[in-house]
Amino acid sequence: MTTAVLITPGADHGLWARACRHPSFVFGALLTALLVCAALLSLFWTPWPPTALNIPHKLQPPGAAHWLGTDALGRDVFSQLLVGAQSSIVVGVIAVGIGAGLGVALGCLAAAQRANGSAAGAWVDEILMRCADFTFAFPALLSAILLTAIYGPGLVTSIVAIGIFNVPVFARIARGAAVAVWAREYVTAARAAGLAPWGITRSHVLPNIASPLIVQATVSFATAILAEAALSYLGLGTQPPQPSWGRLLNDAQSLMFQAPMLAVWPGAAIMLSVLGLNMMGDGLRDLLDPKLNRQR
Amino acid sequence: MLWFVFKRLAGFVVTLAVASGVVFAMLEFLPGDAAQIMLGETATPEAVAALQAQLGLDQPPLARYLQWVGGLLQGDTARSIGYDTPTAELLAERLRVTLPLAMLAIVLTVVLALGLGVYAAARHHKLGDVGAMALSQLGIAIPNFWFAILLILLFAVQLQWVSAGGFPGWTEDEGSGLWPGLKALLLPALSLALVQAAILARMTRSAMLDVMREDHVRTARAKGLSRRQTLLRHVLRNAMIPVMTVAGLQFANLITGTIVVENVFVLPGVGRLIFQAVNNRDLVVVRDVVMLMVAVVVLVNLLVDLLYAVVDPRLRHAAA
Repeated sequence: MTTAVLITPGADHGLWARACRHPSFVFGALLTALLVCAALLSLFWTPWPPTALNIPHKLQPPGAAHWLGTDALGRDVFSQLLVGAQSSIVVGVIAVGIGAGLGVALGCLAAAQRANGSAAGAWVDEILMRCADFTFAFPALLSAILLTAIYGPGLVTSIVAIGIFNVPVFARIARGAAVAVWAREYVTAARAAGLAPWGITRSHVLPNIASPLIVQATVSFATAILAEAALSYLGLGTQPPQPSWGRLLNDAQSLMFQAPMLAVWPGAAIMLSVLGLNMMGDGLRDLLDPKLNRQR
Repeated sequence: MLWFVFKRLAGFVVTLAVASGVVFAMLEFLPGDAAQIMLGETATPEAVAALQAQLGLDQPPLARYLQWVGGLLQGDTARSIGYDTPTAELLAERLRVTLPLAMLAIVLTVVLALGLGVYAAARHHKLGDVGAMALSQLGIAIPNFWFAILLILLFAVQLQWVSAGGFPGWTEDEGSGLWPGLKALLLPALSLALVQAAILARMTRSAMLDVMREDHVRTARAKGLSRRQTLLRHVLRNAMIPVMTVAGLQFANLITGTIVVENVFVLPGVGRLIFQAVNNRDLVVVRDVVMLMVAVVVLVNLLVDLLYAVVDPRLRHAAA
């Protein structure tokens, strides 16, 4: 029974012990924890006020007072990096939330309609999945640019665009996994016992399709951070004075000859965050995959 | 096979038709008047009225949609507001930069990915494999525009081998030539290729490892072929099918990647055109460029599907 291995309280202990021994998961989780801590810390404390101008101290090299130096307006780079983590996390959480919320709902609906066996149900499934295919024709960056052209640049526009792009990704994974669950004997038994499709979805399908969705959520989170950084770099995402890693890179590019290190820090922050999430996702894939569990 | 091709072609046409409807509708239901948005708050009522007439806003939406699609199909497009040039002309000019850039990037992607992927598969479970995969994990996490900036820092600021951006043109009339043109596209193509190559290298490695477990590979080794011969003749050839599929799909990512990378290197391509059009609120250009990019993405997906059927007979027969 491949679906028997779940994140149930009984299995938790073994999962946790295995997780602690999985190098890729541990490394990824540590980097991700660092990202979250940086964002949380910046809510209460930064070494300097992140947007405070200090022209006499502009373009300082890294030192004791300013750990990573200052930018062209004398703002502390380390403080800006800390606060920049907030934008990345907000975009990641909301965009993945939109994608997972709508996508999983649509995917489960499609699978339930298909399982119901009627011609109308098959049609609903077909239409939903064709819509999902169609959305792939609009890559996240392109739909973000289209939305920006209409509603103007801003954080909300980019979150919505990235979120919409995530919907078909989650819908496909949820449907694929849910269709397999619907074919199982215990679901047939539940149907025979008179449980409604919604009840079956909630108590049997969702718990059994959680693993691939959790893995996808970490990967989509990383993609959202990259997309937000790209949009902010172009000036279409997070707007000033709120610091964001993408915009810090844009500011740094014009100062490459005077202060080349300014262009290194924000990029490194993006890279480490994405690396952490991707490695955590890889680790989770190994840990939550029942087929691999049996081999151990 | 014919039925399969027909089905895919029909899907292609339907997708494009729906996509054009979506793009048109999104710009149609703008919050406010399109002409007013394009000209800004300070425009005089006469200027707004003139632009409304030029955009044909007095006609019903369906007529304008059909006129737009018909124009696109015949290459007879509307005029850009900012450049006062038909968008087809603008696009043709900008594609002279973006198309070679994307081609160069996909070539670099495939070369880098095959090199790294084959190396990692050949050294499976050894230090070289772990190193190559760590490298690709890093490559996937690097934002392409940051890599572009790092390349500029190294090659333009420190070593001063190339200029930090701009494009000299392709011909001698423009005071340039083939080599200076290619040189200007080399770093942008490399920064576009890095992430895609990292993804494709992982794909190549796992596809090769799958093939290596098959019986015919063991037979090839048993009949006396060397490890290298087996890898190149039997493993790589069979692993190319999934690898080429992914490479084709990555072309779509490269196309949208040009929007960012062309801006880092200030290249006068399609990516920079749409970025400038968004900033100037030149909605005519935004609409046509978005449509072009969507069409390229859908077209490449179609070609990959068809190519897949050509190289994999199982799929061809299953589809028929």
